[in-house]
Amino acid sequence: MSFGLLLVQGLNGLQFGVLLFLVAAGLTLVFGVMDFINLAHGVQYMLGAYLGASLASLTGSFWGGLLLALPATLASGLVLEWLVFRHLYDRDHLSQVLATFGVILFLNEAVKLAWGTAPLQMAPPELLAGGITLLPGLQYPAYRLAILAAGLATAGLLWLLVERTRVGALVRAGATNAAMVAALGVDIRRLFMLVFGFGAMLAGFAGVMAAPILSVEPGMGDGVLILAFVVIVIGGIGSVRGAFVAALLVGLVESLGRSLLPDLLRLVMAASPARQAGAAIGSMLVYAVMALILAVRPRGLFPVRG
Amino acid sequence: MGRAWLPLLVFALLAAAPFAGLGEGYLLTILARAMIMGLAATSLWLLVGGAGLVSLGHAAMLGVGAYAVVALDDARVTEALVVAPVAMAAAAVFAVATGAVAVRTSGVHFIMITLAFGQMAFFTAASLAGYGGDDGYTLYGRNTLAGRRWLEDRLVFHYLCLGLLAAAVLGGRALLASRFGRVLRAARENPERVRAVGFSPAPYRLVAYAVAGGVAGLAGMLLANATEFVAPSFLAWQRSGDLLFMVILGGLGSLHGAVLGALAFVLLEEGLSHWTQHWRLVFGPLLVLAVLHLRGGLAGVPGQIARMVRRG
Repeated sequence: MSFGLLLVQGLNGLQFGVLLFLVAAGLTLVFGVMDFINLAHGVQYMLGAYLGASLASLTGSFWGGLLLALPATLASGLVLEWLVFRHLYDRDHLSQVLATFGVILFLNEAVKLAWGTAPLQMAPPELLAGGITLLPGLQYPAYRLAILAAGLATAGLLWLLVERTRVGALVRAGATNAAMVAALGVDIRRLFMLVFGFGAMLAGFAGVMAAPILSVEPGMGDGVLILAFVVIVIGGIGSVRGAFVAALLVGLVESLGRSLLPDLLRLVMAASPARQAGAAIGSMLVYAVMALILAVRPRGLFPVRG
Repeated sequence: MGRAWLPLLVFALLAAAPFAGLGEGYLLTILARAMIMGLAATSLWLLVGGAGLVSLGHAAMLGVGAYAVVALDDARVTEALVVAPVAMAAAAVFAVATGAVAVRTSGVHFIMITLAFGQMAFFTAASLAGYGGDDGYTLYGRNTLAGRRWLEDRLVFHYLCLGLLAAAVLGGRALLASRFGRVLRAARENPERVRAVGFSPAPYRLVAYAVAGGVAGLAGMLLANATEFVAPSFLAWQRSGDLLFMVILGGLGSLHGAVLGALAFVLLEEGLSHWTQHWRLVFGPLLVLAVLHLRGGLAGVPGQIARMVRRG
């Protein structure tokens, strides 16, 4: 295990972490402000990837795909809110879980019908197609570094928006006590819609950025959704700061665990069982971390008071 | 009798199914699967409807039972009278180990932590290279019952599933009516008051979680025998979502709702998938509509109709 490999895996983990953060940010805001469990948030990520990939091939450029996919995912989020989700705000969590589960079934199948089951490819922008030399003899794809930078920049903007603007103050107040905010004369339904559409667009943005490095396929949102839920539960539901810390933690644990554990276990086991056991433990490490954190701090790392 | 006629009718129909010209085999296979899912849904109902614990990891219990069959099949142990208790015990032990952490939380956190343990079980199953890993494991054959190959007979298997399902529903009712069940239901409604009168809800919930796990393990053992094949996909979180949907579709008002929900779910799934390959396109919106408009579940429909008739 060389330092170079550790560096690459660490960067991969951080980059996966910021993608998770973009998905988890919308999820935690929707959950915090509206007390609404939206399992269908993962399909927004998938829609972002599909729309980005097909719009990019239509316009012939990555940037065209990105710029057109953002309003498209915003619109899809608003339509879903209008059609389904707004009827569920005053229902219990169980109903919300089930109805949004139904939306997942529908959209995963609709994507299969529209684009087929074969994975789609999306080329990274030419500007970022090459590699960057990190250490002598160690190249790292420029596009992956760009994802990391874009993710961090978006996180910074989101922090400014939530902590330093009037709308952000309303969102934070809504997360603490939605009924009080409504009583003060704020149109809470419109605030909900705004948060919802914005969250959907962030997830779509993550999907477009992930499209060139992952295969775009039906159901790709499901795995991300589960990890994003792990992120918001570890971070403390409703806390954007918690989601950021937890997303980076989960990204690093996921990436380093999967790559390092087989090598670590080889020190005490034969190569073949070490590879299997390492892969298995690496996959479940995130969930073990979550169970551990919840056992010690049942409300997550950064609980939102209220 | 008033409230009992619906479950009695359903069980009577299931008992009569093999003689109603439906003995063509294929439909019996589907009905067996529906009854097995009904058994699993009944065990989940005990948690959701009885104890107020919404688990999104119940497929893992089913999966542990199914993989117990695989492990014993691999070791050439195929006697159902051995396999079934082992499958139930394995699932119950898994439930106790994970439940010890999970029942300390409640609400959304309980949903998420059961999901987390379910995912851990899923990845473990996918890494079992000796049992086929991702691809799954095909059994050498169905288990024997008292040394005879009775489980391969469709009729015997049909009535075995029906009998176990009826036993689970009756047993679940007795459990909920007992002193244990009363504490469990009281803790669902108001845990603070239960604590105030001197009960700690956690041990009661843990026992309920273990019992539900054991019954789901039995369902897993039956499912492995029905399909003669076990794969990690049995444990996927979507399967837990399916089970939860069966429970809600049937209705949380009464235990037999889980059976109704499972039957409706499996038959609808089979019917739609015969009609179109993209059946989920119809199934998903139906699910949404059921949640939005069928608040009492299927078990509540007769009551609703009766009220409408009385009002005129």
